[in-house]
Amino acid sequence: MAKNFKRPDGRKNNEHRPIKAKVGIIPNADGSAMFSTGDTIAIAAVYGPRQMHPQHKQDPEKGVLRCTYTMNSFSVSDRIRPGPSRRSMEIGKITQWALEPAVMLEKFPSTVVDVHINIIQADAGTRCAGINAASMALAHAGIPMKGLISSISVGKLDKNVVVDLSKEEEDFEEGEGATDIPISMTSDKELTHIQLDGKIDKKQLKEAIKLAEEACEEIKKIQTKALKESLGNEESVDEDKDKDKNKEKSE
Amino acid sequence: METPTITANRIRQYLLEDKRFDGRDPDEFRDLEIEMDISKKAEGSVKVKLGKTEVIVGVKMGVMEPYPDSPDKGNLITTAELLPLSSPRVERGRPGIESIEIGRVIDRCIRESGFIDFEKLCIKEGEKVWTIFIDIYSINDDGNILDAAAIGTVIALKNAKMPKYDEKEEKLLHDEHTDKSIPLTKEIPLSLTIYKIGDKFIVDPTREEEDIIEARVTIGSYEGSISSIQKGEESSLTIDQMSEVLDMNEKVWNNIFKQIKKHL
Repeated sequence: MAKNFKRPDGRKNNEHRPIKAKVGIIPNADGSAMFSTGDTIAIAAVYGPRQMHPQHKQDPEKGVLRCTYTMNSFSVSDRIRPGPSRRSMEIGKITQWALEPAVMLEKFPSTVVDVHINIIQADAGTRCAGINAASMALAHAGIPMKGLISSISVGKLDKNVVVDLSKEEEDFEEGEGATDIPISMTSDKELTHIQLDGKIDKKQLKEAIKLAEEACEEIKKIQTKALKESLGNEESVDEDKDKDKNKEKSE
Repeated sequence: METPTITANRIRQYLLEDKRFDGRDPDEFRDLEIEMDISKKAEGSVKVKLGKTEVIVGVKMGVMEPYPDSPDKGNLITTAELLPLSSPRVERGRPGIESIEIGRVIDRCIRESGFIDFEKLCIKEGEKVWTIFIDIYSINDDGNILDAAAIGTVIALKNAKMPKYDEKEEKLLHDEHTDKSIPLTKEIPLSLTIYKIGDKFIVDPTREEEDIIEARVTIGSYEGSISSIQKGEESSLTIDQMSEVLDMNEKVWNNIFKQIKKHL
């Protein structure tokens, strides 16, 4: 690793940006969550399992997971045109592939589970933030899952492998420039998604994946905590109800 | 997923006595919550909550060529998108007529009221002018997205800061904002909607109520002047009913204006 390398915001190489996670933010949805890292904010909503339209897309063997990814036009510096783009459609598909291994689709044949991701503010790593939010939203919706999916973008700035690139870092041009590697993992540390843009050798890629593994582990803890918090409240409400019921009975 | 007939009938029955499921008066809005600056890449942005309905509005600015018929005036482009994320019934794909209408109705309210001083948005006549983009997104649709969006639009515009423009290089510096606000006039236009169910009029319907409305009238007005009207849906209104609508609008306008004043 090159000496005297400093990240623009002073983070350590293996340090992600401050993360916030919250579950249950969209009342209409069956499950929903917000995930933010630094200035990147993603929200996700899950609807379903519900009947699949058009009907010919139904699969009698297993359910279908359908993901969309949208960026708000004002989420980036140079306004983007609202509506679907080639990029957003690709990310939707990538997200579906990233999440699918964790979802027990065979439990709800012939139906569809819709996952909608919306980026409110973008500062790089939006697809990862989206996947993290979606994973929590799926769990919140009570969709049978083998575990959570956690996602992080790792990368290389010149010769330094770092975790959770910001936009400023993505645009890094010195030396070998920036390499961006978004990675998603199951809770069993299996890769469900990896992409790469840039230039990196095998050794450093392995190093990067190792960093991603550690970061995903941390993210998983944050996701789990947020999910427990959302459950915690409901549980306490239920406990009160139970008490009331018991009271009624004893009376 | 539509409101079931039995619920619809009950809503109508209640309204005969001027009652609503959530205990509101016919001309009473749900709790209004405003959250400022929800996206810092935007020149101005706001989240508006009306009960469970949630909308975000962002203002972005760009430098573009003026339209040939207004070479010395800035442009305004308003877009609304009903996100599939906001409701189980929004389908994916191209924007439907609903979201197109929301964008256009709000555009007209802002444009026709003269709220924006378009001449001050001219950089070089016939060549370069500022364009204001207003983008509206639904986050949770529990009825009356239209008014939530209208409220958000004026607040976002009022609080937006113009980005820096390098005149020499003719380049827009996106992430650097000046202290300058968008050139606006004093009067604040607010577009609010009165909805008709049977012979009764209500404001700020929930999803259940909005499902069974027979007509709606959206009125954009400021300080007693009306600058835009849009009637929607199939049912008709008598002239008396229309004046009832105008009176109701005035009352509601004052009420909402009082609540959002501190953000303007």
